[in-house]
Amino acid sequence: MDKITETLLKLVSDYTEDGYKGAAFNIRENGGCAGRQSTENIKIEPKEGGKGIDIYVAPGTKDEKVFIPACISRSGVEDLVYNDFHIGEGADVTIVAGCGVHTDGEEESLHSGIHRFMLGKNSKVLYEEKHIGTGEGTGERKIDPVTECTLEEGSILEMNTLQLGGVDHSIRKTRGTLDKEAKLIIHESIMTDGDQYAMTDFEVSMDGEDSAVDLISRSVAKDDSYQEYHSKINGNARCAGHSECDAILVGNGKVNAAPELFAGDLDAALIHEAAIGKVAGEQILKLRTLGLTEEEAEQRIINGFLGA
Amino acid sequence: MLKLENVKWTAEDGNEILKGIDFEAMEGTLTVITGPNGSGKTTLAKVISGVEKLACGSIKLGETELAGLDITQRAKRGVAYAFQQPVRFKGITVRDLIELADGGKVEEMDVCRVMNKVGLCTQDYIDREVNDSLSGGEIKRIEIATVLARKDAKLLVFDEPEAGIDLWSFNGLVEAFEELKSEKDKVLLVISHQERLLEIADQIVVIDGGTVRVAGPGKEVLPQLMHGEVVGDCPVGKERA
Repeated sequence: MDKITETLLKLVSDYTEDGYKGAAFNIRENGGCAGRQSTENIKIEPKEGGKGIDIYVAPGTKDEKVFIPACISRSGVEDLVYNDFHIGEGADVTIVAGCGVHTDGEEESLHSGIHRFMLGKNSKVLYEEKHIGTGEGTGERKIDPVTECTLEEGSILEMNTLQLGGVDHSIRKTRGTLDKEAKLIIHESIMTDGDQYAMTDFEVSMDGEDSAVDLISRSVAKDDSYQEYHSKINGNARCAGHSECDAILVGNGKVNAAPELFAGDLDAALIHEAAIGKVAGEQILKLRTLGLTEEEAEQRIINGFLGA
Repeated sequence: MLKLENVKWTAEDGNEILKGIDFEAMEGTLTVITGPNGSGKTTLAKVISGVEKLACGSIKLGETELAGLDITQRAKRGVAYAFQQPVRFKGITVRDLIELADGGKVEEMDVCRVMNKVGLCTQDYIDREVNDSLSGGEIKRIEIATVLARKDAKLLVFDEPEAGIDLWSFNGLVEAFEELKSEKDKVLLVISHQERLLEIADQIVVIDGGTVRVAGPGKEVLPQLMHGEVVGDCPVGKERA
């Protein structure tokens, strides 16, 4: 494992000098495996041809973490990986899945991670994902994650995703289906600058009674960057869907937000909230009365907004 | 000492809101600024804190002339201002605001100290975002807490601190003002119509039509306020008559 990968791992996951301290992990570096470890309850098995891994979490597993970071440490790498998570009934685990792309040359590098979550009955997963791009190279740094999740009865998937600059091009596609009483909670924070592009494409179907979706997207588009947000929440049963898309524009940043709600049941309660605009002047004023300069106040507001 | 001389402010439409305000306020005293709605009280608070730029005049805090300083510079010289309409933030917590006000990381005890004064339980609020989920009364109390947390404050300006606050919390607030007074090194300015605050005021300044109608010791001015106040005639009614 090279030094750049090590640095990226520290940035996108809780990697330390001692590695992941007894937890299950799989480190993917430039399309290959740079380390793997299973535990008694969490088994990680490679797919044929090195195209990804299957992660099996035993039923009833509690309070365990699994790390599956992926890094590209040079230009000219195109990596496509399939990671399938099989979460046993009643399990309660945290999955940390950061991605870092570093380019030092002219050629672009791309990481596409296709994550499939199969959550068993009453299981619970907290999924944390950070994206970062580094390096002085002119080659584009691209990250295109695809997430497909199937939530069985009573299961809960909470996804926190964070992408704060450095990634030139990103298309994040999320699909999900929810069974009875299942719950999907997504918090995504994206910051783009320069002439970066980021797109969120989200579609989820609540098919089971009393299922729920809560999607909170916060984005900051700086300089000449552009972000798109498309979400579709389908309520096919008695269910509760809520999406909130807030964007802050800085400089010439542009944002296109297109939320969609489909109610296919009389008792589907669906709400969408969206707000796009620059940092509110009164927020800056308040922080300035506490002693911050205008620039410091704007940065503090943005950091808070993104949860950075 | 805070000394205002000929403080004027004109709105964008040319309407002169403050027409030359003069008064002084001493350290260790509470000055209550009162007067009819629309008389320019909030504008005065904003002009003192730097949120609005004054058109002309002088605002001196001790030896420092504040008139040419911006909001940040005034804050750094000890001006603290509690907004009448508190600002809401997505993603910024009560702890964040208290830390920004205090100027660094704060211990739980320090947070408790200010939160108790505004009648809020630290545990329940410390990690809450200062967003729409807070009621009007809650966010008002948090706004006041951000000013009470300013250890370096020499001038504290509160714009209608009682608005939206329940009776029990209000008693705590009165105690907090008394405590600030006893520290002897701070000038306290409170915009209020609340009788209890008027009663404990060392000085009352009545603003009306952008000028000081009367200013003097609380005990002398308060009885005048209670007499001779009439409801202004409505011009619409007059036209019809």
